[in-house]
Amino acid sequence: MAKQDEDREVVRLTTPLSDDDVLALRAGQPVAISGVFYTARDAAHKRMAEAIENGEDLPFDLRGQIIYYVGPTPAPPNRVVGAAGPTTAGRMDRYTPALLERGLKGMIGKGSRSDMVKESIQQYRAAYFGGLGGAGAFLARRITAVDLVAYEDLGTEAIRRLEVEDFPAIVINDCYGGDAYVEARARWRKT
Amino acid sequence: MRDIPAADISAKVADLCIQACTVLPPDVTAAIHAAREREESPLGRDILSRLLENAAAAREDGVPLCQDTGIAVVFVEMGEDVHIVGGTLNDAIAAGVKQGYEKGYLRKSVVYSPLDRRNTGDNTPPVIHAEITPGDHLKIAVAAKGAGSENMSQLRMMSPADGVEGVKRFVIESVESAGASACPPLIVGVGLGGSFEQCALIAKKNLLRPLDDSNPDPKAAALEVELLDLINQTGIGPMGIGGKITALAVKVETAPCHIASLPVAVNIQCHAARHAEHVWK
Repeated sequence: MAKQDEDREVVRLTTPLSDDDVLALRAGQPVAISGVFYTARDAAHKRMAEAIENGEDLPFDLRGQIIYYVGPTPAPPNRVVGAAGPTTAGRMDRYTPALLERGLKGMIGKGSRSDMVKESIQQYRAAYFGGLGGAGAFLARRITAVDLVAYEDLGTEAIRRLEVEDFPAIVINDCYGGDAYVEARARWRKT
Repeated sequence: MRDIPAADISAKVADLCIQACTVLPPDVTAAIHAAREREESPLGRDILSRLLENAAAAREDGVPLCQDTGIAVVFVEMGEDVHIVGGTLNDAIAAGVKQGYEKGYLRKSVVYSPLDRRNTGDNTPPVIHAEITPGDHLKIAVAAKGAGSENMSQLRMMSPADGVEGVKRFVIESVESAGASACPPLIVGVGLGGSFEQCALIAKKNLLRPLDDSNPDPKAAALEVELLDLINQTGIGPMGIGGKITALAVKVETAPCHIASLPVAVNIQCHAARHAEHVWK
């Protein structure tokens, strides 16, 4: 089993993600993603939930897309973005099933998801990826362009469109109910 | 008597904020290097390598180590013979935080009140813990404390009957519930004793200690070693994806407490342990 894991090659993904893309992923799989991410964290999720409740359009079409839970630091001169690592995903749990229902295919963050989110990931065929928490400077180098999409008044929490190249992550929750955190603990726990 | 201009304090605090957020302290870098040697999980080793690359990228690009540049927690030791000229200590520190977070392109992550959550726009006010000390030195340490690990911290008023075994269980429980959210490998600050608020404060102050030191009290030092071992047996590993290295260090501090009390605080720090200090002497 260990051997198998050690030999796991990085799977390259390009957005938008299809059903086939996510069906091929398994918890624990390292991936490198290229294409587009949309940023959203606490405040933007709250607004999207309100928009859904009021029957309004969302700021972008969720189908096939990946939301990156991040609130970057301001871009220094001559750089497209400041530090941009993942934030804790659990805070977005209550808003997530409604987004998955509307076609969202991937989320990047850190930390465990609720049972409800894991069930929705299975139901709507999606994946939750773990990013490198606390590696904001390293990850910023994989972001090649940033454009504001909506909710500018939220500052760092606004929705932005990022173009990314070979952005590293690990599949945490797959659409078969697999959970890399749970599996890792079972394998490495000594007590 | 030593006179220190308030403007000097502000300028230095601004520098400390930027330094803390962009330069990984050498003891933390060394601990991550050592952890990479000991980590058995290939994916875990890979992650530890990337954390070292992150520190290099932050330095080269002038970008913070982590996008959560935190709330500024400022520890002050002010000699009785220090006189601040042209302003007050708290205002001088707050002005320094404001300058540093602006000039250093750091994130403004402070809201006026949990009840309205409006951003203050300049990352002030800082949290200031000031102590009066003998002499004429002024020491200021700035810790940029992010929410990922801070949110996973816990405090419990235990019963003396729970004993050291109870303390150990609570610390492990706290680390396990933090899991990947707190960005392991962690530095774990444990406060034992004191009152409710003092316990939390000594837990936090532990996070400023060099990673390779030990508590001078042999019993506390032994507990540091044992807790580190127990935490590294949980299997959480770097970023929670499994492995031997869940924490880089555990720091225990004790304080005298009431005969009926056993306060225990667990302040969790992520691997991006950001702090910097300056002494006027």
